[in-house]
Amino acid sequence: MTVQNDNLTIAGKTFTSRFLLGTGKFSSKTALAESIAASNAEIVTVALRRIDIDQHEENIIQYIPKNVTLLVNTSGARNAQEALRIARLARESGCGNWIKVEVINDSKYLLPDNAETVKATELLVKEGFIVLPYMSPDLYIARELVAAGAATVMPLGSPIGSNKGLKTKELIQILINEIDIPIIVDAGLGAPSQAAEAMEMGADAVLVNTAVATAGNPQLIAQAFAEAVKAGRLAYLSGLPSEKICAEASSPLTGFLYE
Amino acid sequence: MHFDLANIQDILSDQDPQLTERLAQEAARLTRQYFGRAISLYAPLYISNYCSCFCTYCGFNNHNHIPRLKLTADQIEQEMQKIAHSGIENILILTGESYQMTPLSYLKETVLISKKYFSSTALEIHPLEEEEYRELYLAGADSVTLYQETYNRSRYAEVHLSGKKKDYDFRYQAPERIARAGFRQISLGVLLGLSDLAEDLFALFSHLRQMEQAFPGVEYSLSFPRLRQIKGKDLSLSRIDNISFIKTICLARIYFPRIGINLSTRESPTLRDHAIELGVTRISAGSNTSVGGYSTADPERQNPQFDIADSRSVAEMLCMLKEHHFDPVLTDWRRIDNT
Repeated sequence: MTVQNDNLTIAGKTFTSRFLLGTGKFSSKTALAESIAASNAEIVTVALRRIDIDQHEENIIQYIPKNVTLLVNTSGARNAQEALRIARLARESGCGNWIKVEVINDSKYLLPDNAETVKATELLVKEGFIVLPYMSPDLYIARELVAAGAATVMPLGSPIGSNKGLKTKELIQILINEIDIPIIVDAGLGAPSQAAEAMEMGADAVLVNTAVATAGNPQLIAQAFAEAVKAGRLAYLSGLPSEKICAEASSPLTGFLYE
Repeated sequence: MHFDLANIQDILSDQDPQLTERLAQEAARLTRQYFGRAISLYAPLYISNYCSCFCTYCGFNNHNHIPRLKLTADQIEQEMQKIAHSGIENILILTGESYQMTPLSYLKETVLISKKYFSSTALEIHPLEEEEYRELYLAGADSVTLYQETYNRSRYAEVHLSGKKKDYDFRYQAPERIARAGFRQISLGVLLGLSDLAEDLFALFSHLRQMEQAFPGVEYSLSFPRLRQIKGKDLSLSRIDNISFIKTICLARIYFPRIGINLSTRESPTLRDHAIELGVTRISAGSNTSVGGYSTADPERQNPQFDIADSRSVAEMLCMLKEHHFDPVLTDWRRIDNT
């Protein structure tokens, strides 16, 4: 049995894949290209700081197929103004107007600065960018991002590169329950099972980088992640009997009223 | 792993090869997790060897009778063109420590020229006041490298005999001034061979930890230059062997998983090729450590700050990295207006 038309829509653009791939840390551009192909990822993130526009070296963009949506991230931005400048440079350099806002002012944990992320999102949306902000899962901030015009919200599962999985699970679940724009779990997913878990919870998509790029066989694990994402999505659509926040079924306290 | 002096001393003095291997395994694992198989490349550019300091271990010291040179703006441009042509995008600009001969205006002019050729400009110069650092940051410099040389105050006094560099505290407090001025990258280090290694590492790590807490947004890196011979003359006070050196790199990685670790051409090709597996994330390539060494000075008459042990060109380094399954990174920053 197949599920028809279960597409992911972001800012009016439709994607069949719910697996997004980051491009850092790969041992070669070829390994990256093979991983994109093996996972069928349709959205790929690239740090503007790593794109060599002057063509001194192999340009990473050449290894990303044309039909893949390029999502440039603002890696290196320490505040909203720097994120804005990086995004403008990306657009001027012909990298499109899809921007993953990454505002990080802590080089030890690489946790996003939520307040500056909201500011950056407001500024970028006003300038016509499609903005996908990376954030620490927080309901109030997510609501502010929605109000600012974000296309998605991208909460972290655990710190970037930590491979610790869904340490923020409860907080992400709240965002899934309450926020109507796509929730893409980003950062910290170290194994396909963790990606499946995020999808089973009802996340709309996941983004993975380190776990693929640093695996012994990136191509193979990229495929494993993509399939885990599909499996998790099917489980979610199946109406997986999950833990309920409220009690239901038997009514031990009020059953007597109806006896 | 919590670092304390006893722990560092024990690790450095333990002769068991298996301990070294365990450290290396852990350091390699952390490096791959946080940096993947990407290695950044940079090149040093010496623009002046004038120095008003007498540091007993340095080839540029003011008691060493070598021809003193300072590149003109045109010569700097010529050198930078040559380096940029090799593909290098990250430049490290170095001077001797002469406030008079390489004043702020000269440094600023150099940064402005550098902006034309490189996506990132780092400075390794004498310590400045906060306002002076800010001026260089606003001009377009991103990064400052400043080594305390040794954190042992009495040793510091013994080897820094005259000049502004005698002022330990002005140097020690400089990283804070650099951070307050807005720089995004700061590189700290000690000169290995000057003083007790364990004590210096402990003090360096403590300094870095303080900086991380006070200025979490700065990207930090560490360097561990070993004292080298200069024109065959050995100026080091104690030898740091390869085992201690590799343990030093591993300890830095284990204590600070996300920081960058730089390695210059002071080290041999064999050692560098192994060190990139263990924790080093940035290496220099095609280096020349003489003023004007890339294009302007006569190769026979050069006076390097130290003798280079790895003379491979940028192209050769790119080949080596690919052969070792590393992705060489030339571009890792895009200059955004620093104002």
